[in-house]
Amino acid sequence: MENSRRRFLKIAGISALGVAGAKPVLDVFASGDSHGEAAKAQPEIRKGEKALTAKQWAMVIDTRKFKSGADLEPIIEACHKIHNVPDFMDKENPEFKEDNRRHVIKWIWEEEYNHAFPTGGEPFLNERIKHLPFLVLCNHCEDPPCVRACPTKATFKREDGIVVMDFHRCIGCRFCMAACPYGSRSFNFRDPRPFIKAEERNPEFPTRMKGVVEKCNFCAERLAVGQMPACVEASNGAIAFGDLYDPESEVRKLLASNFTIRRKDGLGTGPTVYYIV
Amino acid sequence: MASNKQMYDKGKVVAGLVIFVILITFPFWYNLGKAAPAPELKLTEKAKAEKTCVMSKEEMKAGHMQLLDIWRERVVRNADRTYVNESGKEYSMSLSNTCLDCHSNKAEFCDKCHNYVSVAPYCWDCHIDNPKEAKK
Repeated sequence: MENSRRRFLKIAGISALGVAGAKPVLDVFASGDSHGEAAKAQPEIRKGEKALTAKQWAMVIDTRKFKSGADLEPIIEACHKIHNVPDFMDKENPEFKEDNRRHVIKWIWEEEYNHAFPTGGEPFLNERIKHLPFLVLCNHCEDPPCVRACPTKATFKREDGIVVMDFHRCIGCRFCMAACPYGSRSFNFRDPRPFIKAEERNPEFPTRMKGVVEKCNFCAERLAVGQMPACVEASNGAIAFGDLYDPESEVRKLLASNFTIRRKDGLGTGPTVYYIV
Repeated sequence: MASNKQMYDKGKVVAGLVIFVILITFPFWYNLGKAAPAPELKLTEKAKAEKTCVMSKEEMKAGHMQLLDIWRERVVRNADRTYVNESGKEYSMSLSNTCLDCHSNKAEFCDKCHNYVSVAPYCWDCHIDNPKEAKK
């Protein structure tokens, strides 16, 4: 048969119609198949009912309620125990060495005023402040420099403002540690497990492994089940916790009625841990 | 042209080839018929009482790693911690607190298959393997 342009166009037209027309037909067949599966409910993932939410979690530490380092110890211990933070300076540990100082892991610790607030530079400091230990931890900045530095997005800012670590993704490059102006991050130079007492470890929270960075997580795992952070609970009311952008929150009320300072706020990181002095 | 196809040292070459083939296939015929039996898993009493896992047994066997991967992603990055399975039952998405709560016999449950298929997942480098043992 002789091929002509007319004949070619006819066949092309019919083919195009065929392809276009076949799709709805196939769709009907496909949906017919899946009807059998639709009877089973699809698994669903959602937030727990008791989970606490906020736009930006924040903390107000009332330093007037602390007198000495002894007042801070139970708070630090509560946090470190719950999160399986190793104690490298435990002298009873068989692997204890003075040199372990370099490997210490801290989530929350005490610092003197001049170290916690180095930009102040007051030459004649108030006697009380001079000797008062300050409780310092990750500031969960509104514009966190560590998050920008992380090459794998292992550390990121959650919707509720908490800066968390995804230990699964951390490659241990320590850029975040260099970026953090508060020294809030610690690196696991060695396996932390031998330094967590077996009888004291919390099986509900994972430990870390060698080669990842860790820091305070504002007790994200406790907020998820409706509990306040461990340090807040252990502080006898000296630490308040709440939503920075809820005018009715405890934190906002304290901020409205007290003069507060933040660590190195001139850097523009927007720390959300406030100190009443 | 026929002379081109002549083979020098035919005996040595063939014998060498035969020895080579025997040596290279040695692991195969040496282990013939000695296949390791598939491991039999022991369930804890708690797991037995529960009857079904988060998904069916077959789905868990084939896809627990994908499920765990989804769980860790959603828990850590989205803060979603509740999983509702096909039959409407709710679970807390936690390896330490949900999975290992029933399957608290790592050596006789997790390790058996992992060793059999020669995989070494590093879950337990961080997640404490046995909540019950740890408490004693």
